[in-house]
Amino acid sequence: MDMTGEFRISAPRDVVWQALNSPDALRACIPGCEALEKTSDNGFSATVMQKIGPVKARFNGEVQLENINAPESYTIRGEGKGGVAGFAKGGADVRLAEDGGDTVLTYTVNAQIGGKLAALGSRLIESTSKKLAAKFFENFQTYITEGGAGRMS
Amino acid sequence: MSTGIGARVKRKEDKRFTTGQGRYTDDVRVDNQAYAVFVRSPHAHAKITGIDKSEAEAMDGVIAVLDGHQLTGDGIGNLICGWAVSSKDGSPMNMGAWSALATDTARYVGDAVAVVIADSRQEARDAAEAVVVDYEELPVVVTSDKALESGAPQIHDNAAGNLCFDWEIGDEAAADKGLAEAAHVTQMRIVNNRLSPNPMEPRSAVAIYDSAEEHYTLYTTSQNPHVARLVLSAFYNVAPEHKLRVIAPDVGGGFGAKIYIYPEEITCLWASMKTGRSVKWTADRSEAFMTDAHGRDHITNARMGFDQNGKITGFKVDTLANLGAYMSLFSSATPTYLYATLLSGQYDIANIYGNVKGVYTNTVPVDAYRGAGRPEASFLVERMMETAAREMGMDPAELRRRNFIGSFPHQTPVIMTYDAGDFAGNLDMAQKAADVAGFPARRAEAAQRGKLRGLGYSCYIEACGIAPSAAVGSLGAGVGLWESAEVRVNPVGTIEILTGSHSHGQGHETTFSQIVAERFGLPIENVSIVHGDTDKVQFGMGTYGSRSGAVGMSAIVKAMDKVEAKVRKIAAHVLEASEDDIVIENGAVKVAGTDKQMLWHEVGLAAYTAHNLPAGMEPGLKETAFYDPVNFTFPAGCYIAEVEVDPETGVTKVVQFTAADDFGTIINPMIVEGQVHGGAAQGIGQAMLEGVVYDQDGQLLTGSYMDYCMPRADDVPFYTIEHNKTVCPGNPLGIKGCGEAGAIGTPPAIINAITDAIGNNDLQMPATPLKVWTALQAAAKPMAAE
Repeated sequence: MDMTGEFRISAPRDVVWQALNSPDALRACIPGCEALEKTSDNGFSATVMQKIGPVKARFNGEVQLENINAPESYTIRGEGKGGVAGFAKGGADVRLAEDGGDTVLTYTVNAQIGGKLAALGSRLIESTSKKLAAKFFENFQTYITEGGAGRMS
Repeated sequence: MSTGIGARVKRKEDKRFTTGQGRYTDDVRVDNQAYAVFVRSPHAHAKITGIDKSEAEAMDGVIAVLDGHQLTGDGIGNLICGWAVSSKDGSPMNMGAWSALATDTARYVGDAVAVVIADSRQEARDAAEAVVVDYEELPVVVTSDKALESGAPQIHDNAAGNLCFDWEIGDEAAADKGLAEAAHVTQMRIVNNRLSPNPMEPRSAVAIYDSAEEHYTLYTTSQNPHVARLVLSAFYNVAPEHKLRVIAPDVGGGFGAKIYIYPEEITCLWASMKTGRSVKWTADRSEAFMTDAHGRDHITNARMGFDQNGKITGFKVDTLANLGAYMSLFSSATPTYLYATLLSGQYDIANIYGNVKGVYTNTVPVDAYRGAGRPEASFLVERMMETAAREMGMDPAELRRRNFIGSFPHQTPVIMTYDAGDFAGNLDMAQKAADVAGFPARRAEAAQRGKLRGLGYSCYIEACGIAPSAAVGSLGAGVGLWESAEVRVNPVGTIEILTGSHSHGQGHETTFSQIVAERFGLPIENVSIVHGDTDKVQFGMGTYGSRSGAVGMSAIVKAMDKVEAKVRKIAAHVLEASEDDIVIENGAVKVAGTDKQMLWHEVGLAAYTAHNLPAGMEPGLKETAFYDPVNFTFPAGCYIAEVEVDPETGVTKVVQFTAADDFGTIINPMIVEGQVHGGAAQGIGQAMLEGVVYDQDGQLLTGSYMDYCMPRADDVPFYTIEHNKTVCPGNPLGIKGCGEAGAIGTPPAIINAITDAIGNNDLQMPATPLKVWTALQAAAKPMAAE
């Protein structure tokens, strides 16, 4: 599955960049995130509960940040295993551009899914992913506005 | 009302089926029942580098977590293929090893890697999620043509280039010569779409190990419990046959998918011994889509040549058959001996050559599915005929008539000897019933409504009752294909028929009773049919290939012959008459021309009391028979479909469907019509709706009914059904078989009708609205350019 998108966040780019690298922010904003820990300088482990179509599963995954070009861009690469529900893996190129006081985030995702997820959910994966992305950025905006970003500094 | 041969007797078994009292495998409950859930590979091709069971083993209710190394370590054998096919160079097929639980490599999505046994299904399910399998992904190939390309991922070490066999039939030089001499050659590339069998009842197994007796009992959803016992014993080393009882109770549909002995049954038996618990497994629908053997999946390139008069001069066929990741039980025979032996269709063709390459891919194994090879042959031949007629500007029915075989027996160049048939008669019957003469008016009327109406023929032939044993043995079959029966007349005169056939929807309890009622003049209520239990029935080869009538009932007839002979002797002795004067009618055994008689039950009682039997006669009235047919049987027929296409959307409706089948003798017309209805519905499903799709990574995208479209009531028309009845000379009842004809004959009629409607012969199944619309646009383009 390939997916691209763009979101405008009402915050300066440095704040957005910090939040995108903060386990607290990510934990608070990723829909269904039950745990997220930093495991190395650029690595996280995460547990996320997700429902895609009729498949509900808890994914345990590892996420690596690569091609870091602060505060403009990075690549997220990850793989999650959902037990009998299957697996999801892939990457996303994320770019931040300044636009006045706002930040415009664009992303390009390439993902693969397997097992029951593919058998039952492949037709729904794109719409579900778009919904999840929208939810993430909604959470993200709220987090920054309500001072979560302030707590980080 | 008569209840004998030819009577529309209501099905005896339907009382329990329609009142929810059927007893299926999943209904079997044993004290202290444990449940199995399989851990399956989510990858289509991957090395298994490690399995961490510790977390799962510590979970509540978990009894054991078992893997493939333990299974093979206990000496459980690899799955076998029951039919050895040789390549044209004489080399044996390259069979890849298939362990019931994968040890080192998973080769399709759904390949079982481990099994969790727990106190409840839920606990087993939870624990299965906690089993951590480390996979190292390998490259994947899912289609037969790509799997043969150089550099394709190698699936089995011993099958270079993923080629399992490169088999041929017929005379290539003769076919080439026939094509070279042809005035017209029709060339087509035809894909026979991959299907999921979808029996209503998913597969299930209950394995019970008795440690005191070292005895196993397996309840399972099988079409052939004795074959299951034989294979489980002789090849999988589960237990010797006398320590293994296999019971196939009520089974809710098979369609071929329940012929095979799958990894799950083997694993449950072994796990029952390992854990000392009865182990039950029932597939959920996702597992059924993922692991039931699929059907069809051929890619064929064919050329058929004709002389100036439309006589076929030669036919050459190249087929790639996708076998999936492993060889299923009859996967080698299905695309070879059950397919290419019918390339002659209903036609007198002197020169035929077929080449079939069996190819491994990273998909679930492919094997027999209702029709098994014969739908692929029928679709190919009948698409070629219809297309050739259009290309030559001939009436498709007339082209067929010019090539029909008219005298029998007829030896084709591809092994088969057709014993009897009336192909022109079937076509006449169908044309009349379908009012083909009125078609132009119907087409014009449809056009006024903005619809494109088309008519398509299919003159199919198939081969049932795979036989005789010596012949199939010479072609590589690992088993004999006879059938056995036992007729027990009880002291009170009621009769039990024990048969090696297995009913999983066919209505044997009714039809088998009817032939007994006919023979002895008894009410069918006095007859019961026992099947599906290796402890009760002496032996049996089971039900598939429409063999239960032609072979299974013939065995019952042979056993009844023996019973009748003994009854005559007893009655003649008791009534002090000559055996030759004894007649059996209306439940009485009479001396012809006198009023002397014994009622049927009096003969039974006499046989068991043994107070007054002829000198030297053994007491009792029970006879067995093993029946080995002399030949295949050849059901044939003509189907005519009419469709209407909406040119704006491509949506196609089957608006008229006529079947004229020649099944030989018919025992119960109602049941036979039901078989045709069901088969035709599956044929319409294949032609217009169904198709398994794997993505390029080997992920099954059609894993539920959201994405795999089965025919529903509004997808099928009202059927007009006619019967031509040329008696089969090969068996005592004259039966040919009817179970698969609908699925075999229907797809070409539908596609021929749609292509007629849209004016484009290039249309592959399933003919979804998108495909029909696209083909219609392609057909419209040249006209627009003119």
